[in-house]
Amino acid sequence: MRQVSEEQTRDPVVRARLFAEHELADRAGEFDRTGRLPRDVIRKMADEGLLGAAVPKRWGGHGLDPLAYGELTESVGKACASTRALLTVHTSLVCETLAERASDRLKGKYLTDLATGRRIGCFALSEAEAGSDAASVTTRYVKKGDIFVLDGRKKWISFAGIADLLLVFANDNGVSSAFLVERDMPGVEIHPMSGFLGNRATHIAEVSFTDVEVPAENLVSGIGLGFGFVANTALFHGRYSIAWAGVAIAQAALEVMCAYATEREQFGTRIGSHQLVQKMVADAVTQVAAARELCRRAGRLRLERSTDAVMATNIAKYFSSTIAQQVTSDAVQVLGGNGCWDQYPAERLFREAKILEIIEGTSQLQQLMIADYGYKKFAVRSRGGEDEVL
Amino acid sequence: MPSESLTSMENGAAADTAAAIRNYVRANMTALRDVDLRDDDNFFEKGFVTSIFAMQMLDFIESTFGIEVPDDRITLQNFSSIDSMTRMVGELKHAAGE
Ligand SMILES: Cc1cc2nc3c(=O)[nH]c(=O)nc-3n(C[C@H](O)[C@H](O)[C@H](O)COP(=O)(O)OP(=O)(O)OC[C@H]3O[C@@H](n4cnc5c(N)ncnc54)[C@H](O)[C@@H]3O)c2cc1C
Repeated sequence: MRQVSEEQTRDPVVRARLFAEHELADRAGEFDRTGRLPRDVIRKMADEGLLGAAVPKRWGGHGLDPLAYGELTESVGKACASTRALLTVHTSLVCETLAERASDRLKGKYLTDLATGRRIGCFALSEAEAGSDAASVTTRYVKKGDIFVLDGRKKWISFAGIADLLLVFANDNGVSSAFLVERDMPGVEIHPMSGFLGNRATHIAEVSFTDVEVPAENLVSGIGLGFGFVANTALFHGRYSIAWAGVAIAQAALEVMCAYATEREQFGTRIGSHQLVQKMVADAVTQVAAARELCRRAGRLRLERSTDAVMATNIAKYFSSTIAQQVTSDAVQVLGGNGCWDQYPAERLFREAKILEIIEGTSQLQQLMIADYGYKKFAVRSRGGEDEVL
Repeated sequence: MPSESLTSMENGAAADTAAAIRNYVRANMTALRDVDLRDDDNFFEKGFVTSIFAMQMLDFIESTFGIEVPDDRITLQNFSSIDSMTRMVGELKHAAGE
């Protein structure tokens, strides 16, 4: 474990790393087995300022820039994927989105509480029949005087089991809007789900809304801005978090793989000296380094507020979740029987990595967007006498 | 292809604004579609752009024209066509004293 100076311990990124190494890494297996993230961990995250890490200081956060927030996400994600998922959902999908898209009045009402961990937020977009095609949600809203009435059912909502506030997306005859719904508003029911491949300690639930009356001031941004502005802003932040989550899991798997390969002996020699094992290690080292650089590039573009940041984030998310899957699979392979046994972390990392290829837009959806970008950027053709980029 | 209503009221600055927005929209239109984009076309209704476009457009406008679009201006109406965005940018610049 690296030594840290007194000055460094005031740096939120260093503190997050220490917290992850000392308080999460050894407990990740337990969280996975019990299927819950204990309250003491969430409280500690709040005390450490992790839950508002990327939120502007004005609203109670640390105001970390995207590169520092990415590094922090990697530290937490390397130690425990379910704990990192709380950052993805609460901090990236909910807090960062409200910081950018909510009115000051709504921020005053909720954002400071969220950034300081007094309330936990979750992101309720998906439904049983609306996954990749998220704009097609059937949860409805109707405006009645100065309230909105919501009806419908959401599925797969991470942390809905413990969240106080839900960012909910609903449609009114094709007009999509986003609302902040408090858990204890009458008509909100939470139905916990279990049996997941990974993210087992993320308190996933279905949420039903029956005639839920939401004050008009809880509308985020405006009527009709739910999917185009609010959900897409959220996914922009969420995908950045998942991109770093892929680096985190792959880095953890790489370390497990290297430690094992330099210890375990077969045929009278360390298995790490077999060239076929070296190939897996070399590929893992290279892929992790490449994924981390793509994440940093996305982070730099976000810092510059470049419009290229959106595609750079999609590319980083797609690549790092893909290599996380490959590297964790190779870690299981290098550990052999022990790789398939829950007394070693490789099998958990393998399960966690697969989730990253599904959430925040599946790999196929990323491929569609990246290919479209590729055509626009690289298919230069002559039209009407002038060259133009499609 | 600028619409007539806008063409008649365009002055130099507005023309530059419209040109910058037009270029950005064209560069971000779904690639595998041959479309003739008019300045008054509602590209959400016509399906010319991908779903992340609205958010990118807001960032583009704020960073390119050095303005902050206030909450009450972030409406689908204001972002749905080149004309409506050009008008909004002009009004915001005017309000900022430029
Ligand atoms: C652990 C976990 C946590 C989650 N947490 C949340 C949460 O907090 N909030 C929330 O709102 N949702 C959450 N989700 C839901 C998640 O966002 C969806 O599962 C995801 O968007 C995919 O939707 P789907 O499961 O309906 O799959 P589908 O959309 O049915 O896709 C099934 C398959 O078809 C492919 N496919 C679909 N359309 C196309 C296409 N056009 N071209 C090519 N291939 C295509 C997909 O890539 C995928 O391989 C969570 C899911 C999981 C597993």
